Amino acid sequence: MLLATDRSRERLIVGFLFALAFVVPWLMPSRALFIAETAGVALFALSLDLVLGYAGIVSLGHAAFFGVGAYAAGLFARFVMPDPLTGLAVGIVVAALAGLVCSLTILRGSDLTRIMVTLAVSLLLYELANRFDAITGGADGLQGMSMGPLLGRFEFDLQGQVPATYALVVLFLALLLVRRVVRSPLGATLLAVRDNPLRAAAVGIPVASRLAFAYVFGAALAGAAGALVAQTSGFVSLEVFSIERSADVLLMLVIGGAGWVYGGVLGAVAFKVLNELIAGITPQYWTFWMGLFLLAIGLLGRERILRPWTLW
Amino acid sequence: MPTLVFDGIAYGMLLFILAVGLSVTLGLMNFINLAHGAFAMLGGYLTVAFTQRLGVPFVPAILLAFLATGLVGAVLERLLYRPMYQRSHLDQVLFSIGLVFMSVAATDWLVGSQQQNVHLPAWLQGRSEFGGGSLGMGHYRLFIIVVCALLVLGLQAILSKTRFGARLRASVDDARVAAGLGIDVNRVFSLTFAVGSGLAGLGGALGAEVLGLDPGFPLKFLVYFLIVVAVGGTSSVTGPLLAALLLGLADVGGKYFIPKLGAFIVYALIIALLLWRPNGLFSRGGSGR
Repeated sequence: MLLATDRSRERLIVGFLFALAFVVPWLMPSRALFIAETAGVALFALSLDLVLGYAGIVSLGHAAFFGVGAYAAGLFARFVMPDPLTGLAVGIVVAALAGLVCSLTILRGSDLTRIMVTLAVSLLLYELANRFDAITGGADGLQGMSMGPLLGRFEFDLQGQVPATYALVVLFLALLLVRRVVRSPLGATLLAVRDNPLRAAAVGIPVASRLAFAYVFGAALAGAAGALVAQTSGFVSLEVFSIERSADVLLMLVIGGAGWVYGGVLGAVAFKVLNELIAGITPQYWTFWMGLFLLAIGLLGRERILRPWTLW
Repeated sequence: MPTLVFDGIAYGMLLFILAVGLSVTLGLMNFINLAHGAFAMLGGYLTVAFTQRLGVPFVPAILLAFLATGLVGAVLERLLYRPMYQRSHLDQVLFSIGLVFMSVAATDWLVGSQQQNVHLPAWLQGRSEFGGGSLGMGHYRLFIIVVCALLVLGLQAILSKTRFGARLRASVDDARVAAGLGIDVNRVFSLTFAVGSGLAGLGGALGAEVLGLDPGFPLKFLVYFLIVVAVGGTSSVTGPLLAALLLGLADVGGKYFIPKLGAFIVYALIIALLLWRPNGLFSRGGSGR
């Protein structure tokens, strides 16, 4: 439980940081596209936090839902209508449905089974998107979507100021929603299931439906993230389903700290900034440094890297 | 049709050799080692280096690859893996997937991203036709099947007949009780890890010609290793063997009959299989490992 003073301080800090993020695209237009993309992946990391941090489901294929949202929004913009908000809603709904179907696969079995099944689902979708290249563009990626104006008034500019603001607003709303959910009694039962499913079941918590709820909610948010990235970049490639993307988001969440609403967002910001810095020095071998980082986190323990002050 | 079955069996045997070490280490320490494929890749690249740079003949080269990969496995187990056994599965996943990414990027940097070829000796090239051409057996695939079958028999004999096998089985069943009976579980595990890594290296060396060898190898076959272990269970040699054969046959058959869907068939099959039996087809008692 948070005390009232903690709450107001939390509000102040989060509000200040978001206000800062909203201002940057307008002060530094060259960074606007970077901010739009970072907001998208931050939402993606937030969605994984629900699945991993709150429900304790170790997933190596969370990119599946990101990709489903991205392709749904992209195809919708290309073949049906260009309105961004409707496209976002389509991405969310389609990803949530995919999550509902896939939630069947993660209810039973060990961590190993879940890792394997989630990975297999994302690879399966990769294969599908690759095979049906007449619709998805296959290995060339989905091109040629044109976005309509936001709310019928604000055109997506090439510099990315409107897309960045749009992505930030969606991220902010999602953050509020997730915070509301995980701090409700429902969120408390999720934590109980994560910490000990057997005990949770014994006190009368419906374990399977809680796990499914977290998985579908996480999938829907991941779909929103995919739709955002697709809309703001105007491009979707097969890479959205890749294992690298699933590992990226895992790393982001772990950098920021899982099971803590803001961990995904902070981790995504740290990850993207780190990526810009290192990729500026050695653009080819970014995966090596990312691997080293993952290895170090695994080896040293997440707590020591994320919260060094807990050592004392 | 018999040719398909033959190729599927060769492929499955290869997958078994590649994954058997993973299944034992997972069963023994409940450690999820996603970096198993990196050892296989190392074996493959060492074979290429031995045969092409140093002019070592093919058979000694794959034996050397087995020994060298096993040695690397033993060293890494001691230095990096041992602190990870008691950690959560998430930490193990982060650690080992990090190792995979590092091995992929390092191989790309050292050797380049192009596909590597292993030059086979003349006696392993070509194929023989039987039954009026209905069964075509590539000599190299036949060689793979024979080698792997011998390995399976050898592993089974070690596991069921020797003292070390008895200790290993006891440790897999219950590490705490085994340690209480005076079995040095850590040493059993070190040795098993080294042999398992060596077998992966041998599989990579044998499979370089069939599976293809490039820096993406550990990621490309990660899901196949996991399938063999998740479906086959961790309590015997026969479980992973049957799972690997099933996977090999399904993959070869699926790609032959419905080439448009490629690997889709295998993934769908495996997901369905694990929906039906989450702890694998051949697990005992469903202990939930």
